[in-house]
Formats: sequence, structure tokens, C-alpha cells
Amino acid sequence: MRHLLSAADLDRQEIIEILDLAEEMAQVLHRPIKKLPALRGRTVVNLFFEDSTRTRSSFEIAGKWLSADVINISAKGSSVSKGESLRDTVLTVAAMGVDALVIRHQASGAPAQAAQWIDAQVVNAGDGMHEHPTQALLDAFTMRRHFRGRAGEDGDGPTDFTGRTVASVGDITHSRVARSNALLLRTLGAEVIMVAPPTLLPSGIDSWPVEVRTDLDSVLERADIVMMLRVQRERMSGGYFPTPREYTVGYGLTRDRLARLRPEAAICHPGPMNRGLEISADAADAANSLVLDQVAAGVAVRMSVLYQLLGGADEDADHARATSATVKETIR
Amino acid sequence: MSAYLITGADLAGSGRGDLLIIDGRFADPADAPADVERIDADGLVALPGLVDLHTHLREPGREDAETVATGSAAAARGGYTAVLAMANTNPVTDTAEAATHIAALGAAAGHAQVVPVGAITKDLAGAELAELGLMARSAAGVRVFSDDGHCVADSRLMRRALEYVRAFDGVIAQHAQDPRLAGPDACCHEGEISGRLGLPGWPPAAESTIVARDVELAELTRSRVHVCHVTTAETVEVLRWAKRRGVAVTAEVTPHHLLLTTDEVLGYDPTYKVNPPLRPAEHVAALRAALADGTIDAVATDHAPHARHDKEHAFADAAFGMVGLETALGVVIETMRDALGWAGIADRMSAAPARIARLAEQGRPLRPGEPANLVLVDPSARAVVDAARSASLSRNNPWHGRELPDPVVATFWQGRRTFARDSAAV
Amino acid sequence: MSDRASDAATAASRVVMDAEQIARACARMAHQLLEANRGADGLVLLGIPTRGVPLAERLANAIEAVEGVRVPVGALDITLYRDDLRQNPTRAVGHTRLPVELDDAIVVLVDDVLYSGRTVRAALDALGDLGRPRAVRLAVLVDRGHRQLPIRADHVGKNLPTASSERVQVRLAELDGVNEVTITREVAQPSETEGDVG
Repeated sequence: MRHLLSAADLDRQEIIEILDLAEEMAQVLHRPIKKLPALRGRTVVNLFFEDSTRTRSSFEIAGKWLSADVINISAKGSSVSKGESLRDTVLTVAAMGVDALVIRHQASGAPAQAAQWIDAQVVNAGDGMHEHPTQALLDAFTMRRHFRGRAGEDGDGPTDFTGRTVASVGDITHSRVARSNALLLRTLGAEVIMVAPPTLLPSGIDSWPVEVRTDLDSVLERADIVMMLRVQRERMSGGYFPTPREYTVGYGLTRDRLARLRPEAAICHPGPMNRGLEISADAADAANSLVLDQVAAGVAVRMSVLYQLLGGADEDADHARATSATVKETIR
Repeated sequence: MSAYLITGADLAGSGRGDLLIIDGRFADPADAPADVERIDADGLVALPGLVDLHTHLREPGREDAETVATGSAAAARGGYTAVLAMANTNPVTDTAEAATHIAALGAAAGHAQVVPVGAITKDLAGAELAELGLMARSAAGVRVFSDDGHCVADSRLMRRALEYVRAFDGVIAQHAQDPRLAGPDACCHEGEISGRLGLPGWPPAAESTIVARDVELAELTRSRVHVCHVTTAETVEVLRWAKRRGVAVTAEVTPHHLLLTTDEVLGYDPTYKVNPPLRPAEHVAALRAALADGTIDAVATDHAPHARHDKEHAFADAAFGMVGLETALGVVIETMRDALGWAGIADRMSAAPARIARLAEQGRPLRPGEPANLVLVDPSARAVVDAARSASLSRNNPWHGRELPDPVVATFWQGRRTFARDSAAV
Repeated sequence: MSDRASDAATAASRVVMDAEQIARACARMAHQLLEANRGADGLVLLGIPTRGVPLAERLANAIEAVEGVRVPVGALDITLYRDDLRQNPTRAVGHTRLPVELDDAIVVLVDDVLYSGRTVRAALDALGDLGRPRAVRLAVLVDRGHRQLPIRADHVGKNLPTASSERVQVRLAELDGVNEVTITREVAQPSETEGDVG
């Protein structure tokens, strides 16, 4: 795997490998020495053009627990205000000899563009409205544990996502999490339903491999997982919906709706939550809320991703061997 | 000044003939002096010098991206003998002095006739009319006014502008983009690709609703309106409806909108970021049909040079625009030659724009007595476009690496050869 | 270790341990473990994937048969501690399962083949990050020599002198359907697969 720019970059086998490895990595959390030597000598730069303490520290811990050298660069405002182009900023960082760039940017496509310009490997940590593949992976990790009864059992589980229904509810148009999740969950075999008021459904969504609904109540009982997406209050100035209370009545996970979920269903939210707007306090803190599990999963999943990218030889290196598939097979 | 005898050229599709150029005009070939420079144009087509209604020359303000001299040199390479330079310079061309200055720069460079476009509103702010009359009376003789880059969204202001320019046969050229439907961030045709890529959408209705309003205003004011860079089938329908009613509306389309589709932005390459954006294939087809049947009157390049660092940003942050003066004729030949023929190409790229811009010396027939504005074209030459081989200062070229017709052999403006490709024939 | 008999151009393969010999070797090693440790107290068996894991289970069974005590059994995957990660495409990581805390335990690493010693070196590094065992012992089914590091096994099922060009494969019923140890003379270069590097 050279870059992770989109959830569509991964096929089903790759996703499962990442999730299985994340289960192994998750053990590190409970060890006295939170260190694995696998990425020793590798240098990872978190190049964040957009603030995100949570995602950035998650990547930072992930890199450090794998013994990589991790550097955080907050490029917010610096390049644009000084007139430095994105290309110059990326090339300058890459010229320091880094192995991987983890990039978050407010513009869709920036990590993909960066990958064209440099030799280093690129992880998309969230680009505009486009994608957030590691978030989708940690969501899938969390859901899989839930489906497996939170036992984290090893061995071949059932086809965990086949026949499952995941409902994504909220501002789909502006949600990179929704896009990545739709792609990833479909690859894993789940059914995806996207629910939003018509003004918050992106153009062309009818061509996505998802079911589209504007009525939340009609899909509640079908959902194994309800993924509530954050609705930004700023969207009101764009006229997407009249008032927060109208939004909550139509699309919020209220106490009433919480009660109507199937007993074995679970609730997810990528955070940060607007308690009382898209998700009631009752739902956020409910027994079947996986929100905290999602947060905990972040480091393990990102460790897994960083290892997949950097743990072996550079793909371009001459001494990379052609027997990679069989080498992997050997271990299994 | 040199005299040229051009022999055996196909004269804009009307048959083979000879052309004598003396003292800036065409003359009877029989009167050729003995020391005339002979040009064997056997196999070549002669077209009236092309006229571009829509060019950005960036001077004053962004001379790092282009100057009047380099832009008009690029124009001559593309077969153009006249370019209309849009007003969104820095400072904006909203006074007689600014317009005169630009015309003088063009005359000094001597590559083509440079005609400044005057801003409709002061500083392109969309609030108050600029000194349209003074610009018209100036030595620059401005007749085309545009806030291009910005839409005149205020209906009352648009009405006043249309009414006002009637006094001097001016034309208001509208950049049709309703800012409430497609704001400054909108950068991708609103559709499947914008939704998937997460790029702010630019719906066709943002263009067609403004055009629909403007044709009504043109009829109300009995004045002329021109629509810049039409990109949608919806707008084409509005134009057809308006022309049926006899409204004095004209329209232009760019070469890139005749060939490139929104698929080009799939890799987030800012080379393909342009305003208005590239559209899906069904719109491209509608534009070609409209140019063929005259619903769209002219091809205009919207040549928009940008310094490299202004394009090397994330797609949403990068500057809008593509260079196009040197490749325009090649793209039109590639897409429209069968539908238009050489006579049609001559009309859409020379006669019609000259008429819209009221340029008396441009777009004239290739006949004795007319001004010698001419481009010699090799109809079969093709080449792979190399962005670096350009007279423009900028390299934001969407055609780089593509094979296209490479038709321009020589360009003559006012009887002076302003461009000659290295070849034995010329 | 993968079943790669197909790799060998003209394989001359011979069985050096059959099912009965393997079983006896396990029984003997179990006795030795108990003798050296003076009983089962504190013993924790950690098998190194892949075939070290079922071997560890077998040893635990044998210990239980003799001593009547079930010692904790787990798995210790050492992929992330390998010294050759950078020389190959990204390797898949196996499962680690620690049945108990390792502080003060007598950890017995269990593997099928001891070869260069690098796998055991990696296992020792891994153990260092997991706790502080009172002691670490090594039990292997086959020691085929050719050590590249100063590592030795405490308990060996069978000493098997080999040439580097030969390939040693352990097959266990739990994974391969059959119990046997074979040596194969390969025409091609010996490849550094999991089993051989042990």
C-alpha cells in the first residue's frame, strides 16, 4: 500500500487485514511499555492545515508507539497567508527526508495532489468534504467488535458485515466521514442508508451504492448501527434548514427514537457531538453508544495503517521481493 | 513596408485565389510589384485575422503572469489580429485613462490590435456604473463593457448599464453567474463528480437564470447584450428562445468548453479549474450544436494566464483559468470543422466577433480594398502541444501533451507579418 | 512454515521424524521442563506462530498428563520485532495472546525449528516490552544448527544437522493434517521464510 487517500483504495481483503492488525495493535494500550519497534527509524510528519487536536494526537501516538519519529507541523494559515503555494509547502516538508506525510486539509483533494508531487507516502487525515479513510476504518473496527460481541476474538469470525444495515444520518453533503464510510462499508458487504434533509444530500448521491432517505423514522428499525453525523450550526446561515429545533425533530436521535432502535443496535458518532442537536444526551450516553469505543479505536487503527504503509520495504526499492503475497500467506 | 503576394490559398472556403498585400490593405494581385515577397500558399487556407472577444492580458497588476506585449504576441501566434482585453486588471480598467493606456501598450507592442474592455461598474464592485461614456469617447474607443470575473447581479444596475450604452452603440458583456446560486467557492459542475469529490458545485441554473433575465432586460431597454463563455445546454435553450423573439443578444463559447468535460477534474488537477467550470458531455454537445447553427455567435478564448504558484494550490484554492490564444484555432478545427467549414470558422472566429465589438477594420472579407488582416492556415498539420513553447508568460495549459491541429502558418495584421512559423513555404 | 514442496525443482525429501517420534519428543521435553523447573509452578508457555502455537498446546497437554496441572499457554507473535522488516514487503502480523501477566513468570518460548536464532532474539525483545519474567527458556522441536546469534535451546526434541541448502519442514496435524518433519534438498537458494529463519 503506497498511499491511503480514499476508502476506495482498499479492497475487502486489505480492510480486513488492517482491522485484524489493529486488534493486535490494540493490545499495546494495556502494556506497561507502550512501544513496538516496527517503525523505528521512520519519520512521519503530521502536516495539518486544519485544526484537529483529536486526529492529530491520535496519529502522533500511533507513530510514537511504533517507534517512529513523529513531527507535527501546523500549516494552518502559514502557507496561504504567506503566499506559499500548497506545492511549495509540501515539497519543503518532504525535502527534509520524511517517509510519510499525514495530511489534513480543508480543501478536498489536497492529499491526492500532494501525493503527485513527492516521493514520500501520504495518508489522508481528512480533506475538505471528500474523505477521512482512517475514520471509516476505526468506525468499522468499532462496529466489528460490537458485532462480535465485543469479545475481540481471534480466528475467522463470521462475515461480520454481510447482511448488516448501517444508517448514516445528518449533513451528508459536507461530511467526509459519510463518504468514506459509505465506500468502506459497502466494500465490507454492509447495506448503507443515508438519511438527510434534501438540502444536505450531495448532488449525484443517487449514483452512489447506498439507499437514500429523507425520513429517518422509516429506517430506524432496520438499522444495526445508526451513525449520527455532526451538523454544524453554521450550516443554518446557508439556508440548509430553518432552525436547530426543526432539524432535531426531523433528524435528531431523540430519546423517543433511541427507544425505537432494535435492542441489539448500536449508536456511533465521529465526534465532536452537538448534544441536543443531532444527538440527545440520552443517546450519546446510552449503553449501546459506541462513541467512546470509536475514540479508543483511533490509535490502534492508525498504528495498523502506518505499519501497512511503512512497515516493510519501500515498494520502489530494488530489493523488494516479488514473493510478497506468499510471504503474507506464510504467516497466516 | 513589405508587400506580399500570397498565391494559391483557399480563400476562407470559397475557392482558391491570390492575395496581394500592399500598404496594409489587400489589392488586386495583378498590381503586384516586381520585388514583392511571394508566398506559396498552395494547400493552405486563408482566413480573416481572428478576433478574440475575451482575453485577459493581466497588465497592469500581474505582469508576472502576462503583459500586453506577451499576450498579444501569443495572440499573433494563434492567428489573432485583434484581442479584447478584459477589465479585471489591477487597477481595474474603469476610466478613460486606464483604457487609453492599455490601447497604447498594445500599439507599442505591435503584435495585434489590443482593444480594452471597459468595466461596467466602478472597481468591478457591482454597485455604481463606471465612466462608460468617457471610455467610449476616449482614444481607445471602448465599445464592449464587462465586469468579467464578476456577475452584474443587481437587476436594476444591469438595466441601467444596458440603457446607457445604447447612446454610443456599446454592448454589455455579462459574466453570467448568479452569486447566490454559485458563489466564489463554486468550482465544479454541480453533479455526480462534484458530489463524489466533495467540491462546491456550480449548477447550470446559476448561468441560465441570469441569461434569461438579461435577455428580457435587453429587450426592455432595446439594447444589446452579449453573454460571455456560455457553458450549458440550459443557456443555449434560453438563447434560442430569445433570438426567436428578435432580442439583440449575442453569445460566445470558449474552445475548452467545446472539447473538455468535467471528467478532467477527477484527479483534482487545478490545470482544469476554470470559471465557468467544465461541464459533462451532454453540455459540450449542446454547445457544439449551438455554435454550428449560430445560436452561439462566436468563439472567444477567455485566455487566463496564471503564474505557476497561483495554480499550485489545493483545487478549491487554486486560481481559475486556462491559457488558450495559441491553441484556440486548433481546437475549433478539431471540434467544429465538419460542422462549420472554413467559411463558418471564419465567421465565428473573425467576422462575428468583429461585428459584436464594432471593430470596423477586423473580420472583413479577403478582397481588394479591405484591411490586410489575415491568417494562413495549414488544414492538415497536427502536433503534440508543448506548454513550454509559447509566447505567453504562463503555462497553465490544459492541452499540454495532447495532439491537436497545429494550423497557424502565418499571421498578418494591417499588412505586417506578425507571426511566421518556421517553414519553407513562408 | 508453508508447504512449499512445489518450489523445489527436483525435491529429494525424506522424513526425519514421524508422528510417533514427535509425540515422544514432546513427552520427553515436558518431563525435562518439569525436572528443570522442579514442577509446574510459574511456568507459562508461549508458542511462536505459526507452528510454535500448537506445539505449546501439546507441551501443555503433556505437562498436564504428568503433573495434573494445566499451565497457562499463549502465543507470542514476533513479526513486529523482526530485524529484517525493511528488507521485505510489509509482513502480515500474527496473533499475540498472553494468558497471564509475565512479571516473575518462567516463560518458555516454544517454536518448531531453531535455525539462525533471529526469531528467538526478536521474541526476547518482545518479552522485554511485555514484562519482566523471572526466567526465559526455549523449547524447540528441531534444532538444525547454523546459528547466526549466540542463542541456544534449553530443550530440544531432535538435533538435526543440516546443510544450508536443505529445507526443514515441520507439519502438525492441527494445521497441516499430518505429523511429520521432513528435510528437502532444494536446487534453488534457500529462501528466508518463517520456519527456516527460526
